[in-house]
Amino acid sequence: MNMLTDAAVEAVLTEAPKETLKMRGSGVNVFYGEKQALFDVNLDIRENQVTALIGPSGCGKSTFLRCLNRMNDTIDICRVNGEITLDGEDIYDPRIDVVELRARVGMVFQKPNPFPKSIYENVAYGPRIHGLASTKSEFDAIVETSLQKAGLFNEVKDRLHEPGTGLSGGQQQRLCIARAIAVSPEVILMDEPCSALDPIATAKVEELIDELRENYTIVIVTHSMQQAARVSQRTAMFHLGHLVEEGPTDKIFTNPDDKRTQDYITGRFG
Amino acid sequence: MSETTATAPKPFDWSSPEAMAKRKRRYAADRRLRLYGLVSILVAIGLLGILIASLVVTGYSAFVQTKIAVEFTADPENVPAEDPGAGNFRAVVSNAVQALFPEIENRRELRTASKILSNGATTIVRNHVIANPGLVGQTFTLEVPASDPFDQLNKGVIDRNLPEDRRRVSDAEIELFESLEARGLVSTPFNWGLFFNADSRFPELAGLAGAVVGSFYALLVCFLISFPVGIAAAIYLEEFAPKNRWTDLVEVNINNLAAVPSIVFGLLGLAVFIQVFGLPRSAPLVGGMVLSLMTLPTMIIVTRAALKSIPPSIREAALGIGASKHEVILHHVLPLALPGILTGTIIGLAQALGETAPLLLIGMNAFLTSPPGGIMDPATALPTQIFIWADSPERGFASRTSAAILVLLGFLIFMNAVAIYLRQRFERRW
Ligand SMILES: Nc1ncnc2c1ncn2[C@@H]1O[C@H](COP(=O)(O)OP(=O)(O)O)[C@@H](O)[C@H]1O
Ligand SMILES: [Mg+2]
Repeated sequence: MNMLTDAAVEAVLTEAPKETLKMRGSGVNVFYGEKQALFDVNLDIRENQVTALIGPSGCGKSTFLRCLNRMNDTIDICRVNGEITLDGEDIYDPRIDVVELRARVGMVFQKPNPFPKSIYENVAYGPRIHGLASTKSEFDAIVETSLQKAGLFNEVKDRLHEPGTGLSGGQQQRLCIARAIAVSPEVILMDEPCSALDPIATAKVEELIDELRENYTIVIVTHSMQQAARVSQRTAMFHLGHLVEEGPTDKIFTNPDDKRTQDYITGRFG
Repeated sequence: MSETTATAPKPFDWSSPEAMAKRKRRYAADRRLRLYGLVSILVAIGLLGILIASLVVTGYSAFVQTKIAVEFTADPENVPAEDPGAGNFRAVVSNAVQALFPEIENRRELRTASKILSNGATTIVRNHVIANPGLVGQTFTLEVPASDPFDQLNKGVIDRNLPEDRRRVSDAEIELFESLEARGLVSTPFNWGLFFNADSRFPELAGLAGAVVGSFYALLVCFLISFPVGIAAAIYLEEFAPKNRWTDLVEVNINNLAAVPSIVFGLLGLAVFIQVFGLPRSAPLVGGMVLSLMTLPTMIIVTRAALKSIPPSIREAALGIGASKHEVILHHVLPLALPGILTGTIIGLAQALGETAPLLLIGMNAFLTSPPGGIMDPATALPTQIFIWADSPERGFASRTSAAILVLLGFLIFMNAVAIYLRQRFERRW
């Protein structure tokens, strides 16, 4: 209890009033069959900030992330209760259109997973199914700006019609980011987006995340403390399905309230 | 574990005679296992080799056909110019035979000599003249098939050195035939008729055209039914069906259906498609429907396996940008699974092509002298044609049976090769 009030006070003290709430999870419990994976998680995601989710493997980071765009719906045995809102609207409300939700809350996965189609098609696919563009020149414009925002355009502009699977791992991951950006999402979820990349590609993606923050709200799961420290403004620490602690990244890394956070960031477990 | 004085084992002596003998036995066992495997493979290949070799030995002669070049005269007396089809071609042929053997004077001997030519010679000459009306009044040379006994004689199947009463051609006939050979009129070109003729009572004229067309129609019907139904069923089971006791039951039954003997499907086809629905007997439509019952379970199983093999990351990628379920399936999963599905389809169709029992039950073993014009016409299929020929007493049909089996095997090998090509060409591109 103490921790929560502290976090609230902290929020009021350290944050400028322009910071608005984008998403909020309150009392989120997730079950895979009989097994409970998340216990009463309350977490706010602020607009135009990068929120990092950290914690040892199996603690439920991905599970929470996948609740935010209802990717868990695709797992038969998965049940979610509690409330998750996007701009104040409950995304688990039966009236919510999942297709629209996933367009507004995009996702980038751990392993780069471009479609086995051309680079152009990879980016144009989302806008096409949602009907965001109709003419060739509109599609061209979306593809170009999305690739540009993902910092990939210069590298691939001469081979837009070659398969996206032929790119290097880091380029593939930025292509996946471009693909997510192309449908103009408000939130981008990233599940360990750099864990399959080499250090140079990782640095590029991290740089990109920092730039994207200007226009998008980002939630990133990461295994690397350094990465969380480098790219995020706020950090949430999970342990065994519980949200242990949440706060500004500086504070979590320098002066955590919870012993478990302290142990985790100093490498005592995980 | 109450003993506290555990003695440390003596260091193992790797070079002691026992240890070396034991190792030797282990290596010997390795070699034996390898040998058993090798022997089994050799036995399998050997049996296959014997099968193919015996088919080739009996069947190769059916791929050539003894033909005799004969000069025919379509004199206007026998063949009216205004309607060549109505002509008396029997007379044309018999005149031509007379011209071949001017020394023959009595009618009996002439009739014997005519038997050298196939019974179908009249029809062949008639069709030739109808196709070329300008030939009326002309003399032209046409190669007509020799009748079966002389075909066999020429191919050496009938031994000229046997005593006369133990072979099907008399000394006099052999003499006539040898005179033709001496004049260079006998040739044995490739037997295109085997592929372009329909069935016939006379082996020298019988071909597989009817059976090939019948099999083609039946497979077409089978494909048109089992491909879409199989894919749709597999998509439902794999992508939509909830996992519960009912879908488990459906799944178990589909797997069982794949193991049902094909003759049962034939009985079902007879009872339901022909007797209840009143569809025509012997029709490729019914044949294809029966075959599709057999291929459907295979199709469903293969398609499900292909869908399952698409990595979940592709589905997640599509779902993650808001694709709806049908878009994920139709735009991403199905196209990627298609090579696998096609491979399975071709293998399923190849199985159906070789299926005999159900087709016999629905009457696709009729004797038909022209290829079917459509899926409702009576027809035979390749395996049932083999069945019919295998049942015929003439020597010529024995070699044609083997030849037909070789043709069927050729189709099967071709289909499987296409399947393998597809699998290799499109395997895993992500
Ligand atoms: N599809 C699933 N089915 C069953 N259990 C799952 C599934 N996905 C995750 N879990 C379980 O949920 C818990 C949290 O997993 P996850 O969210 O993937 O952890 P993290 O991403 O933090 O490593 C783990 O114990 C895991 O075994
Ligand atoms: Mg994870």
